[in-house]
Amino acid sequence: MEKQYETVIGLEVHVELATKTKIFCGCSTAFGGDPNTHTCPVCTGMPGSLPVLNKQVLEYAVAVGLATNCKITQYCKFDRKNYFYPDNPQNYQISQLYLPICRNGRVEIETKQGKKFVGIHEIHMEEDAGKLIHDEWNDCSLVDYNRSGVPLIEIVSEPDMRSAEEVIAYLEKLRMTIQYLGASDCKLQEGSMRADVNLSVREVGAKEFGTRTEMKNLNSFKAIARAIEGERERQIDLLESGEKVIQETRRWDDNKGESYAMRSKEDAQDYRYFPDPDLVPIVLDDAFLDEIRAKQPEFREEKMARYKEEFDIPDYDIDIITGSKRMADLFEETVALGAQPKKVSNWLMVETLRLLKENDMEPEDIRFSPEHLAKLITLIDSKAINSSVAKEVFEEIFKNDVDPEAYVEEKGLKTVNDEGALRKTVEEVIANNPQSVEDYRNGKEKAIGFLVGQTMKAMKGKADPAMVNQLLKELL
Amino acid sequence: MSILDMTAVELAAAIKNKEVTVKEATEAVLDQIEKSESTYHCYVTVDKEGALRKAEEVQKKIDAGELTGPLAGVPVAIKDNMCTEGLLTTCSSRILGNFVPTFSAEAVINLEKAGAVILGKTNMDEFAMGSTTETSAFGETKNPWNPEHVPGGSSGGSAAAVAARECFYALGSDTGGSIRQPASFCGVVGLKPTYGTVSRYGLIAYGSSLDQIGPLCKDVTDCATIMEVIASHDLKDSTSVERDDTDFTSALVDDVKGMKIGIPRDYFGEGLDPEVKAAVLKAAEVLKEKGAIVEEFDLSLVEYAIPTYYTIAAAEASSNLERFDGIKYGYRTEEYNGLHNMYKKSRSEGFGPEVKRRIMLGSFVLSSGYYDAYYLKALRVKALIKKAFDEAFAKYDVILGPVAPTTAPKLGESLSDPIKMYLGDIYTISINLAGLPGLSMPCGTDSKGLPIGVQLIGDCFKEKNLIRAAFTYEKARGAFGRKEEN
Repeated sequence: MEKQYETVIGLEVHVELATKTKIFCGCSTAFGGDPNTHTCPVCTGMPGSLPVLNKQVLEYAVAVGLATNCKITQYCKFDRKNYFYPDNPQNYQISQLYLPICRNGRVEIETKQGKKFVGIHEIHMEEDAGKLIHDEWNDCSLVDYNRSGVPLIEIVSEPDMRSAEEVIAYLEKLRMTIQYLGASDCKLQEGSMRADVNLSVREVGAKEFGTRTEMKNLNSFKAIARAIEGERERQIDLLESGEKVIQETRRWDDNKGESYAMRSKEDAQDYRYFPDPDLVPIVLDDAFLDEIRAKQPEFREEKMARYKEEFDIPDYDIDIITGSKRMADLFEETVALGAQPKKVSNWLMVETLRLLKENDMEPEDIRFSPEHLAKLITLIDSKAINSSVAKEVFEEIFKNDVDPEAYVEEKGLKTVNDEGALRKTVEEVIANNPQSVEDYRNGKEKAIGFLVGQTMKAMKGKADPAMVNQLLKELL
Repeated sequence: MSILDMTAVELAAAIKNKEVTVKEATEAVLDQIEKSESTYHCYVTVDKEGALRKAEEVQKKIDAGELTGPLAGVPVAIKDNMCTEGLLTTCSSRILGNFVPTFSAEAVINLEKAGAVILGKTNMDEFAMGSTTETSAFGETKNPWNPEHVPGGSSGGSAAAVAARECFYALGSDTGGSIRQPASFCGVVGLKPTYGTVSRYGLIAYGSSLDQIGPLCKDVTDCATIMEVIASHDLKDSTSVERDDTDFTSALVDDVKGMKIGIPRDYFGEGLDPEVKAAVLKAAEVLKEKGAIVEEFDLSLVEYAIPTYYTIAAAEASSNLERFDGIKYGYRTEEYNGLHNMYKKSRSEGFGPEVKRRIMLGSFVLSSGYYDAYYLKALRVKALIKKAFDEAFAKYDVILGPVAPTTAPKLGESLSDPIKMYLGDIYTISINLAGLPGLSMPCGTDSKGLPIGVQLIGDCFKEKNLIRAAFTYEKARGAFGRKEEN
């Protein structure tokens, strides 16, 4: 009988924190900007400069730790990780090795196989590096330190996952938790969330772990799933052919669907970690932890349960809406302004999702205000605009967050409720389309649709379709 | 009295009373530099134009009543490991031979606010690693008491500049004795404050957990006055301490009645030059006559201080000096083949032998497999040394002992035997390991006519005990100074 293999996976997830300033200086963390404009002596490693910890980083790290059921290290330190590379201006990275801020946590994930816990080994704080730009034309390399010192947390899981599905569920869970905390936007594509996959295989029933590899350069959930499948197969093939898996770091090429060895354990550098003498130990008292605990938001599971109680909307809608903190906030704020939950949900579920997809955006990128969505719904309810005009207006709200009342007024999009004017147009449409009129009279019910369309067109969309329908039937 | 013979406080008073202008004082000291610098080589950089320009600016502010402090208008020298905006800052190393900082160290800014006129940057052991100022990439400094001898180190340029009257006072830095030992060798007053008292922002780090900036000056009054100006709680330095007791001049009191002074027997054993021993014990006798209670005690752990210090300082230095890689600033090798070759060649050519020795030592003690045995053990011993001092300070207000085992050695004698040079730090380094304040002041000369220093050590934040004892001793001792040939 063929051997059965089990995949064992642990994850190292880097999350860029949503602070306004860097971890050890006052420079902006804003994305973009001309090279080396968001820099100062500290984040460019100038001689004599010294780091000072940004308190917000600590608060976010603790908030994530509490949300993932970690034990918070109330006496923690920063360590220096020493290695030479030009993107690292001091040639050491300030990180945490000996006393990381959070340890021994776990999160619950759910897959088709049911619920299970994934352990969190530790969460530590560290600084991001700069960016190297290789100028082939001038045969030189340039470095941009705008990213240098942007705060990161690294969440290291236990090797508790057994499939790509579990890995995705775990990542979704982390992403959702961290987004709900407002600690990061967690975008894989933009690199504000990055996952390295540690994977080994072993025969089902074996007690010892197999030799693991670490996979880097995974920029989407799909890439992660493919890389896991690819690496599992590669390792099984090696074992089946009597070879050994080498402990190494590999780089995933998602286009080719293959991975390449980057460096083996033998090449592993000695980082000569030691406590950073420029930063004093951090002592967190119970009051500080209680304060952070008190500020924790309502997380997704609690929100889902509450929505089921409070709002008459389908479970499917609840799932999608609470799948994004931004979306859930928007939903609740719009409903709080008096809009009917089901109607708000519909705008989010249909038009918003469509526009997000069309514009290749994520829910966290939504910029329009709940006030404008609520006003739009009021305009429809009062029959001031019809549904096709409403869609057009919504696109403007989505794109430019326009005030729908002002916009409808300005563009003259209000439904014409003047029966006289409408009747005149309908009469003209009937006169100009004898064939359709005849079809209708001969029992072709559908023909009226064409006539409604022609009337709407003539009215430039500013008519109530129900009213047009009624008038047509009356006149025919 | 010649302007050059004035202390910093005396000069500031004379300027205030319009007896001397800032320009006159600056020109006098620049003339002195011109005259004696070729003999002593105290400076890496003399900023003549900048000093004269600043002198006029400061004079205007003094005349306008905007600057009234006790150091306003006094020319100062800064050790070349403190950043000075727009002025070359080399750490006496080839690797920073062309480095011009974009900002000034906090201590320097504090001085400037008080109306200091910066004359230039003083020579030092390369990256403050050494005890003689001979490891400087720009040539050694000579002792103004006898140019065949070293001035001590690493703040040898600062100490020599004060002794040679090439400045009125200077800033130095002390990681293992680098203010106190050259002060002793050059017959001037030097203070290493409690760790955290003076901001390290802008001080190019050697051993970050041990480094402190402090004054080198002519007398105890200057010392207390300068300390009041440079001490500050700086939010840019996480190790900076908020203190509400930095009115150091309030301790300039000629009275030690009832002060308990401990003499550690361990500091007077083998290796201590008999002439140094006699002079230091005589200083203790003077304080006893003035009413202090003086007794001997056993400090313990003294023999562990040197290996502990060289483990911790070298470990921190190996990491602190990684940023000097030839990429962003400083020296880059002419020709290279790829990134790693550039790093290797730039650093091999840019650093001197003592710096390389300590980088290698530090890298070794931090490397995987040795970290626990060396670095962690050193941290534990450091904690024990602190505890030994805590016990001593439960009994004594001040600990009194020698600064160094000998007076200034001859040029070239120390470098040939680094272990011997390291052993010369035995009485100063435990003070850094424990974070304590230590003051060095002259207490006599030896048969060669070289100055001998006495060290007063206090508990953390107790600089005022040191200043009071030092001021009282200074009054009893009388004037001390080099006989000027002219």
